[in-house]
Amino acid sequence: MISAEPVDGRQDARVPLDEERKRRLINAIARSVIERVDELTALDSAIGDGDHGANMKRGFEAVLQSLDSLTAMSLPDSLKGVGMTLVAKVGGASGPLYGTLFLTLGKELPDAPSRAAAASGFGAALAAVKARGKSDVGQKTMLDVLEPAFRAFAAGGDAATVRAAALAAAERTIPMRATRGRASFLGERSIGHMDPGARSAALMIGAVCDEFGAN
Amino acid sequence: MANVGIVIVSHSPKVAEGAAEMVRQMVGDDVPLAWTGGNSGGGLGTSFEAITDAIQRAWSDAGVAILVDLGGAETNSEMAIESLPAPKRKKVVVCNAPIVEGAVIAATEASGGSDLETVRRVAEELSP
Repeated sequence: MISAEPVDGRQDARVPLDEERKRRLINAIARSVIERVDELTALDSAIGDGDHGANMKRGFEAVLQSLDSLTAMSLPDSLKGVGMTLVAKVGGASGPLYGTLFLTLGKELPDAPSRAAAASGFGAALAAVKARGKSDVGQKTMLDVLEPAFRAFAAGGDAATVRAAALAAAERTIPMRATRGRASFLGERSIGHMDPGARSAALMIGAVCDEFGAN
Repeated sequence: MANVGIVIVSHSPKVAEGAAEMVRQMVGDDVPLAWTGGNSGGGLGTSFEAITDAIQRAWSDAGVAILVDLGGAETNSEMAIESLPAPKRKKVVVCNAPIVEGAVIAATEASGGSDLETVRRVAEELSP
C-alpha cells in the first residue's frame, strides 16, 4: 500500500519516503475520511449505529494533531503511531480494526519499502485485520475492499488500477447481506446499502493511490 | 489465592454501571470489580484506554474475566488484553456471555474462589 511506482521501472526498487512525502500521505489519508464524515455517518445510520463518521473523524483529527511528530519518525514508527492513535481515539470496532491495519504495516514494512515489500506488508495487514475481526471477505465489511485492493496491488496494478478496484469493491457491498458487525443484526434489511467500513477503506486507499499516482 | 476479578465493558456507561451494581449486590466486595462504558469522545462506544485501565483496577493474581456487550466492546477488549505485559496477558479472558447475566454469574462463581477458566465456563454456559 505504501509504495510508489519504481522510478527506474524495476519491481524491487526501494522508494524512500522523505518527511515531506510522509506528511502529504498521512494528511491525505486523514482528510479523505474527515472530509467525508457526513457520507460515512449517513451510510452507518442506514445499517449500523451511525457513529462511524464521527468516530473516524475523531481518530484522524488526533492523527493530524500529531502530524509533525509522526512525519519525523521512520516509516514503521510513523505507521505504528497512526495505528495506536486510531486504537485510542476511534472507539467502536473500527478503531482496533484500522489500528491493527496500520500497526501491522508498521511492523512489516522497512523504512524504504520495495514494491514487493509493500505488497507483502499489505497482505500481512489484511490477514491481521481478518484475525482481529474474526471475519473474512463476503460479510459486508471493510475486508470486502481491503482484499480486492490488495489483490490488485499484488498483481502489479498501478495506482489508478488499485484505486478503481477499491472504489468498485465498496460499491459491490451494496447488494451484500451483512453477516458480521452491527449491520448483521438487520439481516435482509442490510441489503441495498453500502457498508460504511468498506467505504472508509476505499476512501483511504484512494487517497494513498492519488498521492502516488500524482507523483 | 485472590478471587478472579470482573470487568464489565458496555457501549453505555449506564449499562456498565448498572450491571456492576447488580454484581455488587450479589457478591459484595469479595470480587475485584471494575466497569467502563462510552468512547473517548464521551458518546456511546468503548475505549481501548479505558478498558486497559479497568483491567488494572480489577486486577487479581487469579486473573480477570471481561464481560462485553456488542462488537466494538469485544474487539477493543481483545486489543487491550494483547497490549498487556506477557505474564498478565494470559490471565485475562473475554467471556462469550450476555453482559448482565454473565457478569452476575461470573462474579458469583469467582466469589467462591473458582479459577479463571471455571469462571469463564460457567458464565459461557449461559450463552445461546
